[in-house]
Amino acid sequence: MSKVDLSQFTFKGLERPVIEDLRTMSAADKEQLIMSGVDVDETDRSASFLHMDHSNVHCESNDPNVEIMDIKKALAKYDGLPDYFWKLIDKDKDEFTRAAAENLHGGYFIRTTKGVKIEKPVQSCLFIKADKAGQNVHNIVVVEEDSEVHIITGCLVADSHNAGAHLGISEFYVKKGGKLTFTMIHNWGENVTVRPRSYGLVEEGGAYLSNYVLMKPVKDLQMYPTIRLAGRGAVARFNSVVVAPEGSHLNMGNRVIMDAPETRAEIISRTITTGGTLIVPGHIQANAVPARGHLECKGLILGKGVIHAIPELEGRVAGVELSHEAAVGKIAQEEIEYLMARGMDEEEATSTIVRGFLNVEIMGLPAKLQETIQKTIAESEKDMF
Amino acid sequence: MLTIEDLHVKIGEREVLKGINLHIKEGETFILFGPNGSGKTSLLMTLMGFSGYTVTGGRIIFRGQDVTQAPSFERARLGLGMSFQRPPTIHGLKTRHLVQMCARGRQVDPEALAGKVNFTEFLDRDINAGFSGGEIKRSELLQLMAQNPKLVLFDEPESGVDLENMQLIGKVVRSLLSGELSPRAELSMKEQKSRTARSGLIITHTGYILDYVNADRGQVLYNGHLCCEARPRDILEHIRSYGYQECVRCLN
Repeated sequence: MSKVDLSQFTFKGLERPVIEDLRTMSAADKEQLIMSGVDVDETDRSASFLHMDHSNVHCESNDPNVEIMDIKKALAKYDGLPDYFWKLIDKDKDEFTRAAAENLHGGYFIRTTKGVKIEKPVQSCLFIKADKAGQNVHNIVVVEEDSEVHIITGCLVADSHNAGAHLGISEFYVKKGGKLTFTMIHNWGENVTVRPRSYGLVEEGGAYLSNYVLMKPVKDLQMYPTIRLAGRGAVARFNSVVVAPEGSHLNMGNRVIMDAPETRAEIISRTITTGGTLIVPGHIQANAVPARGHLECKGLILGKGVIHAIPELEGRVAGVELSHEAAVGKIAQEEIEYLMARGMDEEEATSTIVRGFLNVEIMGLPAKLQETIQKTIAESEKDMF
Repeated sequence: MLTIEDLHVKIGEREVLKGINLHIKEGETFILFGPNGSGKTSLLMTLMGFSGYTVTGGRIIFRGQDVTQAPSFERARLGLGMSFQRPPTIHGLKTRHLVQMCARGRQVDPEALAGKVNFTEFLDRDINAGFSGGEIKRSELLQLMAQNPKLVLFDEPESGVDLENMQLIGKVVRSLLSGELSPRAELSMKEQKSRTARSGLIITHTGYILDYVNADRGQVLYNGHLCCEARPRDILEHIRSYGYQECVRCLN
């Protein structure tokens, strides 16, 4: 990872006016939003949040059981959110957390009502509109006891040639019996630096299910979201589908700390490089039994590029069951020939195999979002073969 | 349908087929016998056009076209279909999707086709992922039904199949080769047969498949050479009684 010079980016003065209706945005911006999983009509969403450059420009809940507001408002309303704000992440962890702590632009605060299953997903969108903008956001999600919600977050730049820096702090709290599905679609650009810092705490019987999709180039991204399973029977699952074109430098890990009995963890990543560098760590640490964890990291190098898989299993007590499966390679000739014997030419066969490899069906996303992702995969295929 | 002329094939430096001549007519089913390592699978793989099987001499004429050097997808599109013995798993590719792709734009009903091989519950599973021997056979037949080829190559349809599945597979192989016939007002059964009949080249080790299909001719492949042309049942009887040793004498 190259050293990031934050002084290159504008962290002050890019305030934006409110957008009442997302449909009034420019056609180009809307297209970018849609490609990042945002439903601009908001009909299939229980709540929507849009943060542009340095301001929250849109925030609306259509469901009384979803509380959603800008983090600054939440801090004012709830006396600084003493139970949640900077409780899981150390603000002095690195220069990026410090930057976000010193000069907070915004971010979302989302909380569900206890015992309620939110039917439609909540959507949030963190948007870098201006060239060279630096964005500091801090997000907090609280899933109250026995409630469920799916949050879809799209992160993007207005123009894929723009430069930008996104520093995002996210703290997730899944209370007893709660379930959070968190789907993140990254749609950055070739000159964008990204440093998310995410940590989640899952209580007894709770579940945190993460889906992550990145198909577009990004200059420099490093993250290592970590989930701590603190209560009996808690579950965490990370599912990532990533393509790194030439010019992309990605270091993206996932970590699960199993601190309670009867917990389960699964980290699955499917990565393709077509010229970019991908470092894919994964770490499961088990401190209680019974605990079952599995880490699966599969990488395909199409043409050129680097994939460096680093699976780590750390059992700290007798009786843990941890396993991993990592493979970095190319598409098996045998698979291509099998499909060619069914009448597909080599390109069709390769494309079919790649689409299967980048399987997002298992994420269980809304049909429209899945279509959007499939479309993005189809587009990025142009660079693959 | 298929004419093979003096076909020589090498895998690496080793010659596995040493001058094969074979002709299969339209609607004809040909049975190929032979012990392990005799070159049976190599012949099928060469016909399908797989890499690693280098044709060093001779020609393959399929439906009037010289396909000796054609890539396998062109052969498939010309009407050549093959049932694999050990097909690879392709993660994320649903059986249903592959069945549709096999049809190459023709309308097919995956549910109805899968029903014929008792395979509907596998349509939404990744192709070949954890399939048993019998399930692989049924999946291969399902794909072939969707592909609708003119000549079908079967590599040991009975291997790894239990008795119950054997009956199902045998019947489906037969209907695939002969077309499903039922009395219809507008078309006599004879005319139906002439329209739907396919050719087949079946490799068999045990001969169980002969209980189900009407095979016209058969031959033994031994050490890269074809020999002993006869009625398939007679060949099977002969092999059962005397083993493949007799074939060597026949060659000499």
